[in-house]
Amino acid sequence: MDAVIENLPVFLEGFKNTLGLLIFSGIGALILGVIVAALRISPVASFRGFATVYTEIVRNTPLTLVLFFCAFLLPYLQFSPPFFVLALIGLTVYTSPFVAEALRSGINGVPVGQAEAARSVGLTFGQSLSYVIMPQAVRMVIPPLINVFIALTKNTSVAGAFFVFELFGAGRQVTNDRGDEVIAILLAVAFFYLVITVTLGQIASRVEKKVAVLR
Amino acid sequence: MSSVLYDAPGPKARTRSRIISVVGIVLLAGVLVWLVLAMGAPKASANGAVQPGLWDPTRWDVFTDVQVWRSLGGGVLATLQMAGAAAVIALVLGVVFCFGRAAQHAAIRIPSTIILEFVRGLPVLLMMLFILLVFATGAYWAGVLGLGIYNGAIIGEALRAGIQSLPRGQREAGLAIGLTPLATRFRIEFPQAFRQMLPIIIAQLVVLLKDTSLAFIVGYSELLRVGVKNLPDFFGNRYAFSFFLVVLAIYLAMNLSLSWFARFIARRSGPKSGKLVAPAPTLTPQDTLASTRGSYSTGDAGGVGSV
Repeated sequence: MDAVIENLPVFLEGFKNTLGLLIFSGIGALILGVIVAALRISPVASFRGFATVYTEIVRNTPLTLVLFFCAFLLPYLQFSPPFFVLALIGLTVYTSPFVAEALRSGINGVPVGQAEAARSVGLTFGQSLSYVIMPQAVRMVIPPLINVFIALTKNTSVAGAFFVFELFGAGRQVTNDRGDEVIAILLAVAFFYLVITVTLGQIASRVEKKVAVLR
Repeated sequence: MSSVLYDAPGPKARTRSRIISVVGIVLLAGVLVWLVLAMGAPKASANGAVQPGLWDPTRWDVFTDVQVWRSLGGGVLATLQMAGAAAVIALVLGVVFCFGRAAQHAAIRIPSTIILEFVRGLPVLLMMLFILLVFATGAYWAGVLGLGIYNGAIIGEALRAGIQSLPRGQREAGLAIGLTPLATRFRIEFPQAFRQMLPIIIAQLVVLLKDTSLAFIVGYSELLRVGVKNLPDFFGNRYAFSFFLVVLAIYLAMNLSLSWFARFIARRSGPKSGKLVAPAPTLTPQDTLASTRGSYSTGDAGGVGSV
């Protein structure tokens, strides 16, 4: 137990970086995901095709491979910001198709009658999306979106293997120093992860209940 | 099928859409060609030495060596072996978790709920490290057990959601003809839930296959480690990019074919199988590559249940 208390600053430093990775790549993935989702429902066929191919390729590539590309091959191609930024890029790209899929399933969850009604009173594509479909879809989309962010939280641990000092990296370093208290140290790391994931999960289930009442 | 979101395009709109399509494709192809050329251009490093471009034959000649393909094949086999073993453990554990969580006795239900929540909230990587360091099992079993336990928890949740979504009459009918509660669960509810959740379970197995790459980090020599670490270390770093592309292609081939299989199963035995109903209309156009319900890597198979 004292190994944990001694190294509390190390854990807190790692926790801070994990939160940083989560927030920044979360925002990035949200922006990129909205763009991809918009391309996927656009009337222009080539945009749809491009977005579909992008989604399929990125989500079938292991995260480890994506981060490996960012950490080793981007610097090799003479693009070398700090590793934290490289990990952010990797996590953003990797998470964006999942965000796009969540958004798309939310849009699909809106009853077709709503769209038909919007169209039949004469709203255009853009108007019916922004006034009728999206306000409803956004509510339905929040719980699956939070699930994506929970997965992202867990995925930030992979960045720890590619030179970013976050929770997993902190755990690895401390276990190297104090091999005698491995269980306590790893449980402490687990506790910090659970703080994020369980909180997000509670929010998701609460929102889900609210939405269920609305419908 | 056209979408209800916009009118069926008339001749003018069709022309416009075609023009935008062509412009979009040309732009995209332009960017791709530029990227390929930029990567192919020889570049001078700081000390004046000129390195050949990435498409230069000297960066690819290593692939004529049979040994390279043999080691890559070994990596693929190691990956598949780990995925297979972990899949078996995950399925067995999933069933156990599902029954534990839906048990009638609180003494079984509450501990299994706590374990499930605990496991689902942690990164797989952390579990692998835990097993590796605490039980000193070696990298292979750390990977297999980590993946098995984590995906078992998620499959268990999916199965439980499947049981919960069954009509109440199924259980009542089972009890009414005199089966014990346990027998009802085993022989009436579980087979239906399993069938209904099969697409989600297979989607989760795709995720599992993808996540075997995490074993790279705990030091298991699977496809990723062989392809992007061992081989470039042996043949020299100038092949790093070529090896990366080949490994990426192998992963995509494996995962896409398994996802395709998952979709095939989903179409054949999805929740709607056996009923003569048209699929519910949706707002977005149906594309052929439409994916199965979300399979977040190192995450949950769709939003089943709450965390």
